Amino acid sequence: MSSAAISLGRTARHNPLASAGVVLVAMFAIFALFAPWIAPQDPANIDLPSRLQAPSSSHWCGTDELGRDIFSRLIYGSRISMLVGSCVVAVSLLLGLIVGSIAGYYGGGIDRFVNIVVMNAFLSFPGILLAIAFVAFRGPGIFNLVLALSLGGWVGYARLVRAQVLAAREREFVEAAKALGASDLRVIVRHILPNIIQPVIVQAAIGMAGAILAEATMSFLGLGVPPPTASWGTMLNDGRSHLFDAPHLVLFPALTVMLAVLSFNFIGDALRDFLDPRSRIEAGL
Amino acid sequence: MAALLDVRHLTVEFPRQGRAGTDNSPAQKLLAVRDLSFNISAGEVLGLVGESGSGKSVASLALMRLLPPQARASGEIFLSNESHSGRELLSLPDEEMRGLRGSRIAMIFQEPMTALNPVMRVGDQVAEAVLVHAKGSKSEAWSRAVAAMREVAIADAERRARDFPYQLSGGMRQRVLIAMAIVNRPQLLIADEPTTALDVTIQAQILELLAELRSKFGLTMLFISHDLAVVSQVVDRVAVMYAGSLVEMGSKHAIFQSPAHPYTRGLLKAVPTLRTDRSRPLETIEGTVPALHAVPVGCPFESRCGYRVVPCAQEFPPLVEVSPQHWARCPVVNGVIA
Repeated sequence: MSSAAISLGRTARHNPLASAGVVLVAMFAIFALFAPWIAPQDPANIDLPSRLQAPSSSHWCGTDELGRDIFSRLIYGSRISMLVGSCVVAVSLLLGLIVGSIAGYYGGGIDRFVNIVVMNAFLSFPGILLAIAFVAFRGPGIFNLVLALSLGGWVGYARLVRAQVLAAREREFVEAAKALGASDLRVIVRHILPNIIQPVIVQAAIGMAGAILAEATMSFLGLGVPPPTASWGTMLNDGRSHLFDAPHLVLFPALTVMLAVLSFNFIGDALRDFLDPRSRIEAGL
Repeated sequence: MAALLDVRHLTVEFPRQGRAGTDNSPAQKLLAVRDLSFNISAGEVLGLVGESGSGKSVASLALMRLLPPQARASGEIFLSNESHSGRELLSLPDEEMRGLRGSRIAMIFQEPMTALNPVMRVGDQVAEAVLVHAKGSKSEAWSRAVAAMREVAIADAERRARDFPYQLSGGMRQRVLIAMAIVNRPQLLIADEPTTALDVTIQAQILELLAELRSKFGLTMLFISHDLAVVSQVVDRVAVMYAGSLVEMGSKHAIFQSPAHPYTRGLLKAVPTLRTDRSRPLETIEGTVPALHAVPVGCPFESRCGYRVVPCAQEFPPLVEVSPQHWARCPVVNGVIA
């Protein structure tokens, strides 16, 4: 374990972007978990006399058109982003693992049906369009939002898992496990999945960035979490009408979304480099 | 003595995808194993020898019912039991077959480097063999796994069990694979070239270990190899395969001292010994093995055989009993056709 810690440390020094990503993600996670203790003010507290204030020492990011503290709303908004992001990734990953494993392991007609018919059907629609349609039918709300975004998200994981399983099932230890009398489920869960999980982890980290962005998009379109709950996308939409007289209304949420997306992408890239032995050798680790 | 394993007329074919449009010949198929019959008595070691592609591994996979899904196996394979007189494996439901695998029939694989899951502790992998077949706690399975690893002479088995495969040497990994195979005390052990990937000293150790386990547990073994020297050390009887067919079968003594089939004779002549005259080139068998999608109707060895007569190319010769319990698929050398 210690040697892994050491090489992680080295990776961090070699890769300052990854370290920045980890720090930022940790920050957002802490914001999300401890929002009530960190936020200086109640994010829903309307204070009309001090509306549209520029950033100051009492309101670090200024106030919005209802006089709410933008900094506090950003902190509370990270709850929605992190919650929706991780739920979407978890649901898509689970679906992708199940469907991809079945298609890859059993092959044949099942694989052809899943791969060609189902996956291609889902891939032929832009994910955000599927999500908009889903929410339009089911109505807004966190649960529906997560389902809507997972609807377009699982296919990417399923394709990756299928391809990996297809290669892994031919490996000799899989046959050895079958020769021991292990059931298909056991072979998949205990022998194949642990051996293919690395690229899936990388995809999940990058998928987290995509999910946060998608959540912001949906909220921006008014299809996300209903107000007054603070969400970065909703804040962007609220600030739209004051783009010229109070640009900080748009600036700070936009910066926050950008930082969150960027940090997960950095982590994903660093994980890919770290988990791929070839690039580790190149980096001299 | 009743046979523990009785294989009758086992045939394994692989259909080949016909290249549509290019020719309208009927869909070709690969004939990997052709009418293979043999039996193994309890406690006996049968060596299955043959060159690459002669069907010996396919035959062993057919016994385990682990052939790839497109393969078609026909014939009968009986595995007998103390209580009742044998179940036919090829027609057994999948779930029952799975119950036999690893508990009654176990297999040792050729490549110790790749036959272990790289991300699982070796002790867990041995314990898995226990857990798959017996209800019991994990700790029980673990202690049985450690005991099995001790039986295959792994020093410091408790500590080694916590290692991952990459931490073990090739010989050590092969021992772990053997431990996985014997932990449930199978009746039949199929060893598919267990020493091919190892260097000679480790090979000797593994062979010694197998001999030891055999006398300790009364193991019945099907020992697959292309290495005649190795085979002569471990087996009681030898079955020689050529292009998917069994060409000769007999006691080790009969096969090595008085081979009857021309292929076996050629094979043994081609083995260099310490007394071989080094100034002369090594003996070879002229020609090549027939392609498996075009196995001749007659004797597969006909085109390379120095004893061939006209009927050889036309009909598949039957096995002829040359001397008691010594069979060869060649009517010519056995004097049936003069």
